[in-house]
Amino acid sequence: MATMKAWDAIVIGGGHNGLVNACYLQRAGLDVLVVEKNDWVGGAATSRELTPGFLYSNCSYVCSLFRPEIMRDLELPRFGLQVISYEGGAVFTRDGDYLANYRDHDAHRREFARFSKRDAEAYDRYARDVTRQCRFIQPLLMRTAPDPTSLKPRDLGELLYLGKKFAGLSAEEMALTLRFWTMSISEFLDEYFETDVIKANFALSGIIGTALGPMSPGTAYVLLHHYMGEVDGSVGAWGYARGGMGAVTKALAASFKSSGGTIRTGAEVDHVLVNRGKAKGVVLAGGEEVYGKLVVSNADVKRTFLKLVEEKELPDIFLRRVKNFKIRGSSGKVNIALDSLPEFPALPKDSPVYRGDMHFTDSMERMERAYDDWKAGRWSADPFLDMVIPTTLDPTMAPPGKHFMSCFVQYAPPKVNGRDWTDADRDGFAESVIAQISDYSPGFRDRIVHMEVRTPREIEAEVGLTEGNIFQGELTFDQLLFNRPVPGYAQYSSPVGGLYMCGSSTHPGGGVMGAPGRNAAAEILRDLAKSTSHMSPAHDVI
Amino acid sequence: MAQATRKKPVAKTADSAVAPRIAAQSHFRTLRLGTPFQPRIDALAKTQDWYNWSGYRAPHSLRDEELEYFAIRSQAALFDISPMTKYRIEGPDAEAFLDRVTLRDVTKLKPGRVHYTAWCDDEGFVLDDGTLFRLSPTRFRLCSQERHLPWLLDSAIGFDVTVSEETEAVAGLALQGPTAFAVLRDAGFAGIEKLKVFDLADFQHDGATVTISRTGFTGDLGYELFVPADKALSLWDRLMAAGDLRGIRAIGYTALNRARLEAGLIVANGDFTTAEHAIRADRLRRPDEIGLGFMIDLEKGHFNGRRAILEARAKRKLRHVLVGLEIEGNIPAEHAIVYHKKHQEVGLVSAAMWSPMAKRNIAIASLERPYGDTVVEDLWVEIYAMRELQYQKLMKRAKVVARPFIKLDRRTANPPADF
Repeated sequence: MATMKAWDAIVIGGGHNGLVNACYLQRAGLDVLVVEKNDWVGGAATSRELTPGFLYSNCSYVCSLFRPEIMRDLELPRFGLQVISYEGGAVFTRDGDYLANYRDHDAHRREFARFSKRDAEAYDRYARDVTRQCRFIQPLLMRTAPDPTSLKPRDLGELLYLGKKFAGLSAEEMALTLRFWTMSISEFLDEYFETDVIKANFALSGIIGTALGPMSPGTAYVLLHHYMGEVDGSVGAWGYARGGMGAVTKALAASFKSSGGTIRTGAEVDHVLVNRGKAKGVVLAGGEEVYGKLVVSNADVKRTFLKLVEEKELPDIFLRRVKNFKIRGSSGKVNIALDSLPEFPALPKDSPVYRGDMHFTDSMERMERAYDDWKAGRWSADPFLDMVIPTTLDPTMAPPGKHFMSCFVQYAPPKVNGRDWTDADRDGFAESVIAQISDYSPGFRDRIVHMEVRTPREIEAEVGLTEGNIFQGELTFDQLLFNRPVPGYAQYSSPVGGLYMCGSSTHPGGGVMGAPGRNAAAEILRDLAKSTSHMSPAHDVI
Repeated sequence: MAQATRKKPVAKTADSAVAPRIAAQSHFRTLRLGTPFQPRIDALAKTQDWYNWSGYRAPHSLRDEELEYFAIRSQAALFDISPMTKYRIEGPDAEAFLDRVTLRDVTKLKPGRVHYTAWCDDEGFVLDDGTLFRLSPTRFRLCSQERHLPWLLDSAIGFDVTVSEETEAVAGLALQGPTAFAVLRDAGFAGIEKLKVFDLADFQHDGATVTISRTGFTGDLGYELFVPADKALSLWDRLMAAGDLRGIRAIGYTALNRARLEAGLIVANGDFTTAEHAIRADRLRRPDEIGLGFMIDLEKGHFNGRRAILEARAKRKLRHVLVGLEIEGNIPAEHAIVYHKKHQEVGLVSAAMWSPMAKRNIAIASLERPYGDTVVEDLWVEIYAMRELQYQKLMKRAKVVARPFIKLDRRTANPPADF
């Protein structure tokens, strides 16, 4: 019986990082089992058909951060992964206009010049500074963060690498780096631009997935986190995964299975089996024990150590830090099946903006006000939406002429006025979104065929993300690098022997990036004295 | 705190403040704009060989780049410079402001004169080079390759001056070549013979004013004409009609680029990287590193980058030098690596050509000091010449020579000759 077998490794959770981790371990010759509580894999990178003919990107919806080194190592194109670039979108303004982002440099400048000639010409300096910072951070994504208190040669080497990279910056760049990692996105943008809508256009990348407002310190880094991805070398570009974001995990699962890996769906882990301080396997919800020589958790750090491991197995300080880890729910998701392409009177019918990301928050104040609602324990009455219609470029997600629209919605608190979300709350939340879209697209409601509404309650219940936080923990500087998720445990290991972490709670953080899963595999293989020659190092940044 | 409410949009197409902005939306349909001269250029563009010049559709060539080059050197060549970035700088403090922003002494630039200048950021790194036209005691036009409105506006704090971008409003033409003067005279620009090199004057054209300066980017006799955009076509026609018997010919950038290289002139983001576009910090250049040290006027008061430039000079922090090279043979060495003693890499060629006027193989290169500065012997370039899908690798001796590579007396002759 399988229950008697001891797997070389058991990965808890079939999200993208769990699968990346499992793929690398399996390819290193380990016998790996992935256990997933849902009847499908994918975690927050799933595409499900909830109404006939329409495929949703149920949680994550666009792709940029996923490391190309991983796609290549794991042969994901062979297993069906294709990422398509899209043109930048627009912010609709309340005066009946919009501000678009075009890929063409000169069109982009002319578009900004409609609002401010000065800001139009400030874009190059802004782009230069952001690009410089991304180039500094990119090589750090695929490396284990050093432990600054360790005297081990590898830690010293990594610290030296970090120090050298930092020392390689000019004085001006160093100053900028520190500012970037600590400033609010609002203040940061003030240094470049003076037009409100132009600032709002950029600021959105500083708040997505974060329980902070554009005026909160630390949000400038969140913007950087959204910029350091790429689509085939085009740094900062975003694309759609063809077939929805589920295509990423579908390809990973296929890659894993083709190299001999095993996936058990519908297998929720109740807790990790610990014996004398060492993980021995997992106990499934039905009581079944599954044994493994080591256990890797793709769940966030709170779920892993507050739900899956007994408190008595953990040191006090570690436990306290895990409890205090910031992983606040701030967003929701509304997925909509449409029987036709919505029209926006403000937007010309032949505009490329239909194929990009659309927003309605045209001022910094509106964005901050939306956050005020969150602080008060309410969903935003005037929410910030990141809205895309992937079917304008991806014909696989809906029948011809029909469309899938994805609305990322911020802010949504983990609890409403201190109590749990109710179905009525969920409907009210959805209404705030539909009402906002309808303001700009009359008749929008009539096009709706089906809708999936996900508040933090649904996201936590289904995906398992604590409070529905999409990054498995906020990307503030106190929770980055060797402090992610907690000091002393930033190298994917934990106080429990043989229990590793590989989710977005670990360095370098959230987004469908795959780097945490990959880096964790590298650490595990190193601990097992196994080769990592099948893992490409980070691409050169030249 | 009261819950914020939804802010509904209001269509403001009738609103006089918003309507022009909405009307300008349609630019997304035209990624490459035409200049005010486009109808005439399109009619002549037989090669249909376009490139993107700051968002404008500009010709590499119109019919034949060789013949267009020889038009510059033998007749009169007409080149559309409208896409060049132009700023109008005006006010009682305009002179003091520009003196503070740019490297050269603007108090020495008299009204009716033009000078070639450059400007730096606070670290003394070059933001751009360009030409500064003094149109009146209180009015200037600054022309450049890149865009600098935020830099200029931020620098204007404390000065009684207005800075406005006028690239689209003002059309520009360069008329270059031995018969350029005769063409303008025959076109009826009375008094044009009085213009010495770097002089400018206003002339009447079609009920408007055309500013003509004796300037150019070719090292030849030549003029540049600036006119309100709506008078562009009639100006073009006037010049073409007058030049008919003197071999006037419209040209594309390839021909102009050859002429500028012979004249030893540099191109921003071709021969050096401008500070606001340099992603890699080691690509930044101080004026002394790109041959613009002569512009720096330490006698005048403070200017942007002065402290850093002085410190770099004093502490020998100038790491690069831009030089003219003469290379043996006749194979152009474009983007070739420069070596010392055939093996030590010391720099890169940024532009190169066989010069028909000098009958020499010439190049502009950036070298790491002391090479090109105090060490100028035993320099070589490695040329990878692709010939029928094979690289012919050549190691050729390079000699540091003074720029310009050609010097034409007719450029500065007074009065200018007929041809």
